[in-house]
Amino acid sequence: MTENSTETSQQDKASRRPPWGRILVWAGVLGLLAILALGLRRAQQGPVSVGDKVPNFSLTTFEGEQIDLVDLQGKVVVLNFWASWCKPCEQEAADLETAWRYYQPRGDVVFLGVDYVDTEPEALKYLEKFDITYPNGPDLGTRISQAFRIRGVPETYIIDQGNVLRSVQIGPFSSLTQLQGMIEPLLEQ
Amino acid sequence: MKRLLLSLFTVLLLAFVLVGGVLAQEPGPSAPTDDQVNAIAKGLYCPVCENIPLDVCGTQACAQWRDLIRQKLSQGWSEAQIKQYFVDQYGDRVLATPPPRGLNWLVYFVPPLVILAGAYVLFRAFQSLRQPAPVTEQPIEPPAPADDYAMRLEEELRKR
Repeated sequence: MTENSTETSQQDKASRRPPWGRILVWAGVLGLLAILALGLRRAQQGPVSVGDKVPNFSLTTFEGEQIDLVDLQGKVVVLNFWASWCKPCEQEAADLETAWRYYQPRGDVVFLGVDYVDTEPEALKYLEKFDITYPNGPDLGTRISQAFRIRGVPETYIIDQGNVLRSVQIGPFSSLTQLQGMIEPLLEQ
Repeated sequence: MKRLLLSLFTVLLLAFVLVGGVLAQEPGPSAPTDDQVNAIAKGLYCPVCENIPLDVCGTQACAQWRDLIRQKLSQGWSEAQIKQYFVDQYGDRVLATPPPRGLNWLVYFVPPLVILAGAYVLFRAFQSLRQPAPVTEQPIEPPAPADDYAMRLEEELRKR
């Protein structure tokens, strides 16, 4: 009788104890699924959308000058992602430089070149080849390209005076007129 | 003859001194070999073409990165320094082995845990197959009430 009652009470205690092992396993599985879901969501987000506030970034040029986007508020920013190994980038290099020289005297348009996963010697050769004079710098740690979630190069982001993205060009510009057509409306505001 | 021998000896002595001077110099650092470059490139991934190790990537950009490794090696950089340089330039994703920090720890812990969990499940399954099913004693049910005729019949048959 005594043995039976002891066994019964032990069994009762066991059945009342929460199954910690199972809880831990399920918590781990759900945690992993949550991380996976966040990663998939980010991967499917796509590039920064037109109308969105552009994420702030800091670019250190090849000359060592540091440029922060927040300091360029009040100006139209033409942000171009390129690489020396990118053949399509060469198609628009001359147009970008021509446009820069056209708008530079105004002082309210800034061209910035972000060199994407490149080597400095080749990048400098590229800049010299196309006689590019607007500020260019490497995308260290691919932080800027990740902030904009670019898919490749070349990509150009036209940012207005309030740091809002107003237009995007995926691939090279077909002509100088196309590029100016994206900038001019912002200057008329 | 003596003069000739003396002259020959002098020439040889001078040649030895000059050559000896050359031999006394420390040999300069040799250029990095392809094997040395590829040994480091194997631990890096192409930053552009995903999932391709830098030592086997055939693009122009990858060739430039291998040249960069060669240049750094010839400057006396260590493998760790070169890899850190690539991380600073192109981010953690360029490393073949993710650095153990942040969420990267999951890559090191989750697969062994999953394997252990699977092994445990298999072990329990085999264990249950080996052990015979416990024989549960069924409670003896009281005999169903038989009708009188059947009971009397049973009794008669027993007497015989």
